[in-house]
Amino acid sequence: MSQIGATGRRGDAPPGESGALDQTNKPSVREAAAPALAAVGVSKHFGVVRALDDVTLAVRSGEILALVGENGAGKSTLVRIFEGVYRPDQGALTAGGAPQAFRSPSDAHALGIRVIHQEPDIVPDLSIAENLFLGDFRRIHGVFLDRADLARRTRQMLAEFGLEKDLGPWIRAGDLGPAQRQLMEIMRALRGGLRVLALDEPTSSLTEEEAQRLFRVVRRLRDDGVGIVYISHRMREVRDLADRVAVLRDGRLVAERRTAEFPESEIVQAMVGRPIADLYERGARRRGEAVLSVRGLTTKRVRDVSFDVHSGEVVGLAGLVGAGRSELAEAIFGHDRMLAGSVAVRGRTIRLRSPADAIAAGIGFAPEDRKSQALLLMRSVKDNISLAVPDLISRFDFVDPGAERRIATEFADRLRIRTPSLDAAVSNLSGGNQQKVVLGRWLARRPKVLILDEPTRGIDVGAKAEIYRLIAELAGEGIALLVISSEMPELLGMADRILVMAGGRLVAELDREAANEERILSLAMAENLTRTETVRTP
Amino acid sequence: MTHLKAEPIAAAADRLRRRTTLRGAIQRIGTHNFSLLIALSVLIAIFGSLRPDVFFLLRNILNIGQAIAILGILATAQTIVIISGGLDISVGAVVGVSTVGIALAVGWTGSPILSILFGVVVGAAAGIINGLVITVGRINAVIATLGTMAVFRGVAFIISNGQSISIFDPAFRFIGDGKILGVPVTISVLVVVVAIFFVLMQYTITGRNIYAIGGNPVVARLAGLNVRAYQIGIYMLSGATAGLAGMLLAARTGSGQPISGSEGLELEAITAAVLGGCALTGGKGTIIGGLLGVLIIGVLDNGLILTSVPTFYQMVAKGVLLIAAVIIAEQQARRYG
Repeated sequence: MSQIGATGRRGDAPPGESGALDQTNKPSVREAAAPALAAVGVSKHFGVVRALDDVTLAVRSGEILALVGENGAGKSTLVRIFEGVYRPDQGALTAGGAPQAFRSPSDAHALGIRVIHQEPDIVPDLSIAENLFLGDFRRIHGVFLDRADLARRTRQMLAEFGLEKDLGPWIRAGDLGPAQRQLMEIMRALRGGLRVLALDEPTSSLTEEEAQRLFRVVRRLRDDGVGIVYISHRMREVRDLADRVAVLRDGRLVAERRTAEFPESEIVQAMVGRPIADLYERGARRRGEAVLSVRGLTTKRVRDVSFDVHSGEVVGLAGLVGAGRSELAEAIFGHDRMLAGSVAVRGRTIRLRSPADAIAAGIGFAPEDRKSQALLLMRSVKDNISLAVPDLISRFDFVDPGAERRIATEFADRLRIRTPSLDAAVSNLSGGNQQKVVLGRWLARRPKVLILDEPTRGIDVGAKAEIYRLIAELAGEGIALLVISSEMPELLGMADRILVMAGGRLVAELDREAANEERILSLAMAENLTRTETVRTP
Repeated sequence: MTHLKAEPIAAAADRLRRRTTLRGAIQRIGTHNFSLLIALSVLIAIFGSLRPDVFFLLRNILNIGQAIAILGILATAQTIVIISGGLDISVGAVVGVSTVGIALAVGWTGSPILSILFGVVVGAAAGIINGLVITVGRINAVIATLGTMAVFRGVAFIISNGQSISIFDPAFRFIGDGKILGVPVTISVLVVVVAIFFVLMQYTITGRNIYAIGGNPVVARLAGLNVRAYQIGIYMLSGATAGLAGMLLAARTGSGQPISGSEGLELEAITAAVLGGCALTGGKGTIIGGLLGVLIIGVLDNGLILTSVPTFYQMVAKGVLLIAAVIIAEQQARRYG
């Protein structure tokens, strides 16, 4: 058949088990002395924000370099410069010793530099095979797609990753789980010969088992001579996997050592830049009566959750991504429909039909995604602060501009919102100041309960400290706070009590003294595994 | 922190700049509205120089006003719908239904006031249906109102038996052709409606909330707004306004017509609103912009007739000039934006 002829002619393309990986060996051996990829004195600004400041960092072939740092430290910016998405303002890149000026990701890809992002970039309605070989389809008679060849090449790839039993080439990519998508991205990266692979928090939505499989793949790639840049927040992964650890803080490279010589406590201290205790100042707090009482709350994603939050108390909500924490918050706030259970504020059960009911009962909610759920980006700081207090700024529905400005000014001052003016569009503000605008909106309502979902996500360290201080201050004023966070040190530092969720259930409640990172993680993860197992056998 | 102290000064400087410079003046009007004014001036200059004898006569200016009155109230209502993130394609059909309803009601009751009220109520009811289909049925507004447009047209044909129904009541002749203190009634209606819409969108919490809902409905809901109620209310307003437009159309033509006179009004209204600076994605636009959009269309129509451009060519010229106007407006907006 002509199909065979077509593929036979191209039989020299990398077909074998490790053919794709072997390719990468040659350059790394030839240029053993020069790093596979290096940033030399790289700086990058976004407006007034300095994302990277004179960073010099090299990735060698055949090593795993962990890149750690808090959110906003510049890790993702650096990776995007590696990939040619951003161009450095100052400094340069070298690949294999030769200076490079990438104009676009395709320039970086041509040199075998690939980045696997948190949200893998796939075409959901195409098959695995089509996604893997998009742009490299072989044809019969120069016209027809050679499906047999495509299937064979895909099966080879899948076999290489030990996935041949689970997946076939024609499965729709959109039906894959996050772990499988990630592996698919890596396979696609291998296609063109891989020299440097950067992974941006690859395990954030993986189960333990899936993560272990990913680690095996990563180690094998390293052994085949690929330089790996591994970004993660999870200390244990970093210690298990990395040969070297580089720490970024506020856009600067503050430490770089071999993992064996870099104890965890020192890594964390380098990340934070100060002893952790100072970051989470806790004023005097007096725990009062129960303000928020949740009983048997059940939704599609949350099962039978009961707990209280007392006035003057910060309760942390821990769990892995997908454990149902945000869903719980949304249900308490009336945004998601409750199937069973009740929510009460100061003993009075709320009839929750929409967020308006929760707000009327004295609850405020800063959702996880500020830009899509909390802020009107085109509108001003003033409009965004006053959005939830129409009654305070109007008479007979007519806006009282004076009253509105007074309220906006009061909370902008109190929260130290840094903005050119109250009339500036909120999209111009930094992440930290945007979050303060959201907090200002709720504080203007003088809430009894505040629910904060990932309040410090994407915020630089300085602004984080301000948010922590603010949370402590609000607790001191007697507000009951429920804070969701995926950053363990943050939760441990802020919270008086920590609730752990897994698989939609509340699996544990830990006192501040009893809580530590390992314990929370094992509670969150153990349950997560059983959940995925049950999900997989329908 | 010096930065914090500097803020009030920056704000004051900002305010001062707004008051004193041309750029400040433009900012106050809105850059888009400013470019619309330029486009309008250019059109007036062109037609004024081609036909200086007629164009600037009071009679001609009032002519323009009367010609755009119906489109004007529809386009400003459409502006509100688009700001809220929706679209109402059924307005032309609602105008048709309400003219027929008004004509029939004149026959039943003999009372022009009751008949007009009936027309507005019919329009509002049609609007509520739109709102319910969109919010409860969770259907895209374009699809929903495209469907109800056909339904409302059909209803207009059914209740009128496909016939034009004449109205002989003198009150309607007064609305169509009469004047109050020298100003045609139709223009007065337009001015009152636009003024109400302007105040609503500019100075009230309701108006703000409409912008918020159009900007991002999730944010609006999480800030405690009843998004559905607003949406139903907005479509009801659009329908009631179409009922009022039906009154003007019935008065102008002296009849209830299932299709003639109201066909295609929805597209013209949407065109004017978009020309006026509405973003079809919602959250952006102004009533004044919508009105300026209508004025541009009105001056264009009038000028093309005065300069004796043959009808078929008028259509081509209109389309070309509209596109040119938008391009100019966009460039101005970019320069001053």
